[in-house]
Amino acid sequence: MSAKSIAKGGRINADTMQKFLAFSSLVLLYIIFSVVTPNFFSLNNTIDIMRASAVQGVLALGGTFVIITGGIDLSLGTVMTFSSVIMGILVADMGVPVWLGLIACIVTGALCGLTNGFFIAKMKIPPFIATLGMMMITRGLSLATTGANNKYFTDYPGFRLIANGSVTDSVVKAINPSWSIPIPNAVLILFGMAILGHIILTKTVFGRYTFAMGSNEEATRLSGVNTAAWKMGVYTLCGAFTGVAGILMASRLNSAQVAQGAGMELDAFAAVVIGGTSMSGGEGTILGTIIGALLMNVLLNGLRISMIPQEWQWVATGAIVIFAVYMDIVRRRKRG
Amino acid sequence: MKAKRLIAVVITLAMAIALFAGCGGNETTTTTKAAETTTTAADGETTTEADETTTDAGEEIYIPVVSKGFQHKFWQAVKQGAEKAADEFNVTITFDGPPSEKDVDVQVQMLDTAMNNNPAALCLAALDTQAVLPALEKAQELGIPVIGFDSGVDSDIIVGTAATDNKAAAAEAGHQLAKLIGEEGKVFVLVHDQTSLTGIHRRDGFLEAMKDYPKIEVLETQYGDGDHAKSTDLAKAVLSANPDIKGIFGANEGSIAGCINAVTEMDLVGKVQLVGFDSGKILLDAIKDGTVAGAVSQDPYAIGYEAVKAAVMAINGEEVPEMIDTGFRWYTADDLDDPELQVILYE
Repeated sequence: MSAKSIAKGGRINADTMQKFLAFSSLVLLYIIFSVVTPNFFSLNNTIDIMRASAVQGVLALGGTFVIITGGIDLSLGTVMTFSSVIMGILVADMGVPVWLGLIACIVTGALCGLTNGFFIAKMKIPPFIATLGMMMITRGLSLATTGANNKYFTDYPGFRLIANGSVTDSVVKAINPSWSIPIPNAVLILFGMAILGHIILTKTVFGRYTFAMGSNEEATRLSGVNTAAWKMGVYTLCGAFTGVAGILMASRLNSAQVAQGAGMELDAFAAVVIGGTSMSGGEGTILGTIIGALLMNVLLNGLRISMIPQEWQWVATGAIVIFAVYMDIVRRRKRG
Repeated sequence: MKAKRLIAVVITLAMAIALFAGCGGNETTTTTKAAETTTTAADGETTTEADETTTDAGEEIYIPVVSKGFQHKFWQAVKQGAEKAADEFNVTITFDGPPSEKDVDVQVQMLDTAMNNNPAALCLAALDTQAVLPALEKAQELGIPVIGFDSGVDSDIIVGTAATDNKAAAAEAGHQLAKLIGEEGKVFVLVHDQTSLTGIHRRDGFLEAMKDYPKIEVLETQYGDGDHAKSTDLAKAVLSANPDIKGIFGANEGSIAGCINAVTEMDLVGKVQLVGFDSGKILLDAIKDGTVAGAVSQDPYAIGYEAVKAAVMAINGEEVPEMIDTGFRWYTADDLDDPELQVILYE
């Protein structure tokens, strides 16, 4: 990204503008709901908004990489479920230690991602089709490996705390028992993953090639980059992020829900796109994606707490997604 | 440039944290309603404390109804029942449900939001007991009574549950089907899914009833997600593989709709006996024209009504029965004009 920005000079302003726009819409939306709706502006509710953003946010972070390459991963939601199912089988059924289960969850996600990457980069199957296939496969495997029985972590009281506990709260309470910063671990993990994603995307060769492949894959390949290998890497990384989302989801629900997940990839993409990442590839930021995820959840929470009937919640959310993408197109047209 | 980005990330984090710090103290200045009634909470304290004071001051009574679904006709009938009770007892309700019964996480978030909205009681049709446990514990902590509806939640925190006895209802459908086919031949059950309690209970209720008939052969159970198209394809596949099938039980509205499509498309009307569950326009029309022999209906309207009624009772400190049986009824074309049935059936 940075390399591109410098190359095309004037873009820096446009990018800053876009980021500012997304961020200011987030703040504006928060302020509007705070003024209009009595119970919106509270500590508990703000925490719940962030907690609700955590799974979607981590999924969207991985999705950001894939979308920057100009690809798509429709299997995000079901791979997340399948990863948590594998963890559930290992931990709840076979009694494997929890830490090993957590690693297995991330590895399962990464392997599914690697498989996606292999089919896309080596076999030249379009990402839409390859990941659609993976979506169906993992959906089926989640049910088949468990006999459609949800896996519960009730025997491991600490498991719920992975997402629901609060390290910050424990730390400040240790200093002074009357203090409290109850940020749930899920939110801390989201921010941690965001920082990790940001570093990978902007400070490493991996990130540079991710952008390069999205801008012009053929040119990148001709310049001597093994695009197939790097692309498999991108999908694998996305899969690993999906595995982390699987941990957060399982911990939140204290169970691996075998049948859920399908459709969550769409929410994640909405967050990515609202954050200014282009569906046609070549540009995008991690910060934008985080803002996108928060924006969607502020909106959803605000509408719910304002007691807006559910059908209109969907209408409003859909309108925001379209509006955000339209803004992106307007910005692009100005530039072009 | 790079440094700037990093700074931006840090600033976002800082702002997020500042938000947390800000919330606690500013509670009374921002929530106008709370400020009017809670001068005592002015010196800060916690959010919950401010909330409780508001409730005590006798503001409008708010009962969120968090359902398992929303757009399905069945849930809309539950909603109407709940709204009727809300009108009658002068309380405010909201009715929310996830887009599909698989979206456990969406329901958990709906619950979280509802709990932040200062409710007096909560009505819940839980998709998964374990997943909603943190929210239930929070409700218990805040002293908010929780009423279950539609299907049971095995937790002490639930004060009472308004639900259909699905096993008994599906068994009734099974016995009726057996009678229709002269107690012999091949049958199968098409169920919406194998994970929800209603799916499991209706399947098991039917299968157990079938054990009373040694001459009836029960084929593999089919699961169609309650989706019309998917259920149609499944039913057609089974019918093609077993042309001598005598009867099918469709265990919810979508499942029986699939069976109706299948026998119509394959020209098997009258040759294969169909028995359904619930109601809805497709099923009612099929019963009218004889494609379906009859169906068992729950009383979704009563489920919604009884749930909100029980919530009001709990708020007033009255005793709520643990199980509120909302009933079921077997009906055929002959009963369609029965005024008693009109309240139960929905199009």
